[in-house]
Parts: sequence; structure tokens; C-alpha cells
Amino acid sequence: MLSTSMRRLVRTWTLFVLVFLYAPLLLVVLNAFNSSKTFAFPPTGFTLKWWADAWSSTGMWRSLGNSVIVGLCATAIALALGTLAAFAVQRYSFFGRQTISFLVVLPITLPGIVTGIALNATFTSALGITLGLATVIIGHATFCIVIVFNNTQARLRRLGVGLEDASADLGASTWQTFRYVTFPMMRGALLAGAILAFALSFDEIVVTTFTAGPTVQTLPIWIFGNLFRPNQAPVINVVAATLTLVAVIPVWLAQRFGGDPAATRV
Amino acid sequence: MAADQGVTQGVSRRIRLAFLLVPPLAWLVVAYLGSLGVLLLSAFWSTDEFTGAVVRTYTSDNIVRVLTDAVFRTATLRTIGIALSVTVICIVLAVPLALYMAKVASPRVRLALVVAVTTPLWASYLVKAYAWRMLLSPEGPLHWAAGYTPGYGLIATVLTLAYLWLPYMVIPVFAAFERVPNALIDASSDLGAADTTTLRTIVAPLVFPGIAAGSIFTFSLSMGDYIAVTIVGGKTQMLGNIIYGQLVTANNQPLAAALSLIPLTAIVLYLLAMRRTGALENV
Repeated sequence: MLSTSMRRLVRTWTLFVLVFLYAPLLLVVLNAFNSSKTFAFPPTGFTLKWWADAWSSTGMWRSLGNSVIVGLCATAIALALGTLAAFAVQRYSFFGRQTISFLVVLPITLPGIVTGIALNATFTSALGITLGLATVIIGHATFCIVIVFNNTQARLRRLGVGLEDASADLGASTWQTFRYVTFPMMRGALLAGAILAFALSFDEIVVTTFTAGPTVQTLPIWIFGNLFRPNQAPVINVVAATLTLVAVIPVWLAQRFGGDPAATRV
Repeated sequence: MAADQGVTQGVSRRIRLAFLLVPPLAWLVVAYLGSLGVLLLSAFWSTDEFTGAVVRTYTSDNIVRVLTDAVFRTATLRTIGIALSVTVICIVLAVPLALYMAKVASPRVRLALVVAVTTPLWASYLVKAYAWRMLLSPEGPLHWAAGYTPGYGLIATVLTLAYLWLPYMVIPVFAAFERVPNALIDASSDLGAADTTTLRTIVAPLVFPGIAAGSIFTFSLSMGDYIAVTIVGGKTQMLGNIIYGQLVTANNQPLAAALSLIPLTAIVLYLLAMRRTGALENV
């Protein structure tokens, strides 16, 4: 048992860290309603004007569209590949099984700039491909596989093989067992993995920078490009506030579908 | 591990395994390892002085330049310094928090805290860095509240990166604290040890692998970052900025590749050092 004073100390520290974690996010939301264009604090007045400005920003909508396309395609690829890899690792034993897990995790362990430069070198210098949405999708799919893999693998491990064995003993083919026994039990994990993979792709900027080329903009690239333009600041504030508020949606959804957003990325 | 139990046997089992393994393996090996291979290779290429096109003949010029150029060396040392500072700050912030979560808080509060700590991980990276740009601005909230702001520069970069990566430290440290049996702590205090003694001699050695695991994330993510430093770093240049500049501004892909081997090497060395602590089993 830790002493009362120690408990009080760590509790105070916890509150301090929570403030540290959430004060900046609160500030972002607050600033979207600030009538002043500068960061001067406290805000001088309340306005909804910037929300109307952001709504009519064509650049924002176009880049948002690109982000959605990239997110959906990368998620689809990651869903297929991550699920296959998770099944192989959880349901079979073979030489090099640990290596597969390591290989899947590697793209999010190494910094984005290494992955980005490597893909850039391959696409441009080695293969001579013009950078565009397709190259971004390939890059994103590569680091999204691990998200699906982690969620699916955790579920498969928890489910065990008892029901699958029973199904096979009762004469079901491998496909029937998968279709009627395994798949229904892991639909939630697949959905959770897909949502979180989409969220990761939607937010990614470094790999995107190096694989998008100068013509294609995703939402983060568009935000970054406008971040230092003072007259765009209010629109950026609104987009930033919106992104902060909707960030809870994937976490909430994934948790509802039985995924584990806490352990997926760490 | 219930791996190869009775459902499938022999040849058909192998075919099924191949069907599962080949697509993801092919993707990761071709698209990812292949690209890393090209990265390594292209560090030994050069660019044509007049056209700027990449020339695929072997030269060690880039590597020599990366190793000898004083600008690159300074940036490397600065980046490693930043990455280590960020790691230390994350440890200081995370350890008492994780201790509270695992050993003091009630199960309900513990769950709420896990959610509270990990949710910011899913908030936009750019927005979080931008939030610090607001917070630290000359007439911004911090100046208003505390009468002082470090402004944009090295300190701002370290603070922002520590903020961005903190959840990556909290989760493995929390997991490590959770694995420490309460009985050990109780026994230690029953035998008369003060809290500080218990924490130092009993808990610390058990939690250390968790800290090491978290530090892999905070260190390696900081080593490669160039966005946060662009947003809050003022004129501060990290390795990432220089790599980006070589690729985009100077259009010298081979030199950028050679430079990106620095963070890659630093991270691999760090991983190898951490493996000796048993941290990799905790990731």
C-alpha cells in the first residue's frame, strides 16, 4: 500500500498531465469562434463568420475529397492484407511467424520520413512513375496494414479455435466454417480495424508529402500549405476545431465494435 | 498458442497458408522492403549537374558528404538532442501518471484515464502542433496566463514533440505498472520501507522495460519529425527539414536518401540498445 501523501502526489500529477493534454485541444476549439484573426489572448469577441468562410473554401473541399478517396482505398487494401496476415499468424504455425509480425509493424515504427523518402525514391528514381493519388494510396496502405492486423489478431486470439474445430468436426468445409462461424464472430474487429486505419490515413502528412507530388493535395497537406498564411488563419482554425471535435468519432465507433483503439497504435 | 490444431492437414493446409500469406507478404516485401532497398541503393547514386536527373551509377560522394559536412553534423546532434530531451520529458510526465492509473485509481477511473490518454492520439497531428503554435505565440494564452512564453524555437519544438508523443509513453509504462503485483508493494511497505524505497528498489526495475519500450516510440518519432519543428521551431532545423530541403528544394534525391540513413541508423542502434533491456517484448 502506498502512503496517502504519495497517492495525493500522483493524483495531482495526473490532473496536471490531463490539463497538459487537453488545454491545447480546447484552445483550438475556442479559437474557431474568435473574432480576432491573431492568436492574441483572451479572444476579443465571438463570431461564426469563419465557419461560413470555411464552408465556402473550394480548396478545403477538394482536398477533403482526396483524403476520403485515399482513406477508403488504403483501408480496403489494408483490410484485405491485414486480415490475411492475421489469420496466417494466429491459425497456423510456420517458420518465420515472428518475422511476419515484425514486418507488419515496421512501417509505423520507422519514422514517416524514412518510409516517405524510400517510396519516393522507388516511384520516381527507380520506376519513373508520376506521383499522384495512386502512389499516396500505396504508401498509406503500407502503414495501415498493421492497424487491421492488430485488431484482427487480438480478436482471433481471444476467440480461440474451439468453435472452428466443432464446425469442422460437424462436416463443414473450410469455407463454410469461415463464412458461418469465424467471420460473423470477427466482423466487429474488422470494422474497428477499418475505422482506425481510415483515421490514421486521414491524418497522415509525412508519407503523403513524399508520395503525392506537387499536384495532389489531401486535407493535411492543404492545411499545412495554408498554415502560415495570415489571411487563411480563421479558416484553418475552423477546420482544426472540426477535426479535433470529430477525432472522438473513430475512437468511439471502434470501441463500440469491440476494437481496442488504445493498444492499436502503441 | 492454438496454432496448427487439427482443422487442416498436409498439402491443402500448406496451400491455404500460402493463400493467406502470399498477398500481405508480397505487398510488404515488394512495396516496403523493396523501397527501403531502393533507398539504400539510391544513396549511392548522383544527380546530373545540368539536368538534375538522377544518374544511376555508383558513387560514395553522398555518404562522404553526409559524414563530413559540418551543417549535417550539427543538425544530427541537434536532432538527437531534441529526441533525447523529448524522451526524458515524456518519461517524467508519464511515470507518475501511469503509477496513479495502475496502482491508485479505481477500475472505473482507470478505464476512463486510458481512454482520456489515448484519444488525443487520434486527434490530428497537424492540429495538435498548430495548437502549440497558438499557445506559445507572443501574445498568446501562455503569455496571458503565466506572463512568459518561450516563443517559437528549440524549446517550443521539444515541448510540442513531447506533447505529441506522450500517449506512446504512457501506455507501455501503464501496462508495466499493472503487471507489478500489489503484494510486492504491500510486502515492501509492511517490512518498513518508505514509498521512495519501494518505488526505487522494487517497482523501478520491473517498470523499466515499459519505459524503454515507450522511449523507442518517443525517440524514433522525434528523430524523423520535420512538420512540428516547421510549425513551432522558428528557424530551428532538424534532420527532417534538411532531408526535405534536399529532396524538394534542391531536387537531389540521392543526397536526401543518404541523409535519411542517419535517422534510420540512429533508430536501429537505439532499438538494438533497447533490445538488451527486454523492452521489445513489451511493445
